This record gives sequence, C-alpha cells and structure tokens, in this order.
Amino acid sequence: MTDILDIARAQVLDQGIGLSEPQALEVLQLPDDRVDELLDLAHEVRLKWCGDAVEVEGIVSLKTGGCPEDCHFCSQSGVFDSPVRSAWLDVPSLVRAARETAATGATEFCIVAAVRGPDERLMNQVRDGVAAINAEVEINIACSLGMLTQDQVDELAAIGVHRYNHNLETARSHFDSVVTTHSYEERWDTCEMVRKAGMELCCGGIIGMGETIEQRAEFATQLAALQPDEVPLNFLNPRPGTPFGEQEPTSAVDALRAVGAFRLVMPRTILRFAGGREITLGDLAERGVRGGVNAVIVGNYLTTLGRPASEDLAMLADLKMPIKALARDL
Amino acid sequence: MTLYCDRCGEPGTHPDCTQARQLEPPRYCARCRRRLVVQVSPTGWTARCVEHGELTSR
Repeated sequence: MTDILDIARAQVLDQGIGLSEPQALEVLQLPDDRVDELLDLAHEVRLKWCGDAVEVEGIVSLKTGGCPEDCHFCSQSGVFDSPVRSAWLDVPSLVRAARETAATGATEFCIVAAVRGPDERLMNQVRDGVAAINAEVEINIACSLGMLTQDQVDELAAIGVHRYNHNLETARSHFDSVVTTHSYEERWDTCEMVRKAGMELCCGGIIGMGETIEQRAEFATQLAALQPDEVPLNFLNPRPGTPFGEQEPTSAVDALRAVGAFRLVMPRTILRFAGGREITLGDLAERGVRGGVNAVIVGNYLTTLGRPASEDLAMLADLKMPIKALARDL
Repeated sequence: MTLYCDRCGEPGTHPDCTQARQLEPPRYCARCRRRLVVQVSPTGWTARCVEHGELTSR
C-alpha cells in the first residue's frame, strides 16, 4: 500500500493512530483533484472517533488591544500601528455576552484577553466574571489569558474554568518569524501546566502566515504531541497595520487540505473552525464541516465580525449534525 | 455627515473598505477621524468616539 489516503484509511480510520509528520506532508501535497477524497476520509475519521455532534462556542474580548507582545498577525498588539484601541469589558457586559452565546445553543464561552499574561487586575476581573456567569448562565467557561504561572493555572482550575486556550500559533521552526517577544517554549510550558492541572487544553494556531507546506505538517504533529482536547484552526485574516497585513489569504483549497490533514493527524481532537474562515472559505465552510471539523465559533470574533450565528446553526441543521449538549462535568 | 472612511480613516469612502466593513466594526469616527474605542460582542459591536458619542450595530 503506497497511496497516502489508503494508508490513512488503514491507520487513522481503522486504528485511530494519527498520521506522522512525513505522512501529513504527503497529505498536504495531494493534488487539488484529490481534496474531496481527503475530506471524505477526514469526515469518516471524525464520525468514527468523535461522533456526529458539533461543539458550538462563542468568544469575547475582556481586554482588547494594547498588548505588549508582537505577534505579527495580531491587530491587538500595541507594538504596531493598528487602529484597534484598548478597551476593557465590565462584568455585566461579560455576563450579557455569555447569555447571548448560550442563546445560540453554544456550550462553550471563551473569555479572551490581549495580554502577555494576566496581572492581578485581570485575574480579579476574570474571577468576578466567572462567578457572575456561573450564577446566571448555563454554559462552560473557557479562558485565554496568555502565558500563566503555576499559581494562576491552579486558580483558574479552582474557580471552575473548564478549558484554557493557548495557541502554539505555528510550527516551532516558523515561530520566530511570527513572534519575537516570547518563545515557543514559553507557550508550550503554559499548555503543559494547563493539562496537568486538569483543565481541558485548547491549543491551535493560524494557517497562512508564510509557513511552508513542510512547516504546516510540522505544526500539525507538534500540536498532536501536546494532545490538546481542542484545536482551533484559524486562517490568517490580514489585519491593517500589522506586519502580516499585506499577506494574501490562504486559498480555499489549501485551507480545506489543511483541515483534512489536521484531522488525520489528530483523529480524536475537537477540531474547531475559528477566525478567518469567512474570508478564506466563504460558503465552502460547509465542506470543512463535512471534512473533519467538528466545532465552530459562532457569531463574532474578538475584533472582527463573523457570520450571524443563525447561519451556522442553519448549516448544521441542513447537514443533520446535532449540536453537542452541555455537560458540566469538571 | 461622512467625511472620513470609518475603516481606514482616510478622507472619502473606498470600495475595498466598504467590502471589508461587512466583516469588521468601524475603527475611525467618520466625522472627525478619531480612533474609536470598539467592543465586539458575540452578536454585535459598539464603537465610541470621545467627541461624537457611541455607535452600535443594533
């Protein structure tokens, strides 16, 4: 057997063993006329190892802009000449956002802050916000607050944060071209601490930041090594004023090839469509949900807008894919 | 009164910016070009100009 999709069928679909880096590279090099075949297999893998339910999540920015880090894709970095100004969300507004999210049928609500890591003011706001949401809204709460100390990890777990997001963003070999103010290893360390503390780990990144196909395969397998519960897959949405502001968005076929490949590398993970899918895939997002994706962010993102949640929910209904039910088991 | 593009802050309106604005909130006050303080929520946005007050998607 030499065809990579035949190998993937036997290895990933039948045995649940994710593709290796060289195998992922072969998948990413498949010609355009085999992408449908790839996505069909990725969909089978997702159904077998994850089931048919789709996890729906909403996100909100608790602290916007003014970040000291220089992530070259991010309009919230204070280092670049971006039009995004700093803003803080108060607790009542945070609860309102959680309620809006829950009303869509979402089971996850992620509170995000543009920071290197949380200071005491931010931890206080998160503590108060999580308590207020838990008192008023039936939804799992996730956080994304940058790099954490062990004490902060322990505190977030103790106050009931269900899942923590911290993306590796790209392959280790490409990281220095994307961020210079902190290291890949610092990100990795936070991810490890989160997992050991018993929170679910959400760790993904962005496709289309100038990485090579080889680095895309490297990235997928480095993520797999972390064994994240969820992998959010973003596609670069070039933001004005950032170093990547003039990059061409990833083509739809490359994005779908990445979706299929990431699913075959990580057969059991929650693979989520996150930012950038609107500009990269347009109406082809539905093909991704029939190609390995089993989670979506609905509604708006942190600084940009998404499709109305109702459109994604209608898409899932058309595809006869049930929305994952709420289970608060942590 | 629209004097400035609410996406890029330059005078006038621009087809590319108009298209991009379908998936972005405004960033500049169209009346005075000040940068807006914008908060995006799961279902909408608010944008505040210190001189001209608040705009909202709702």
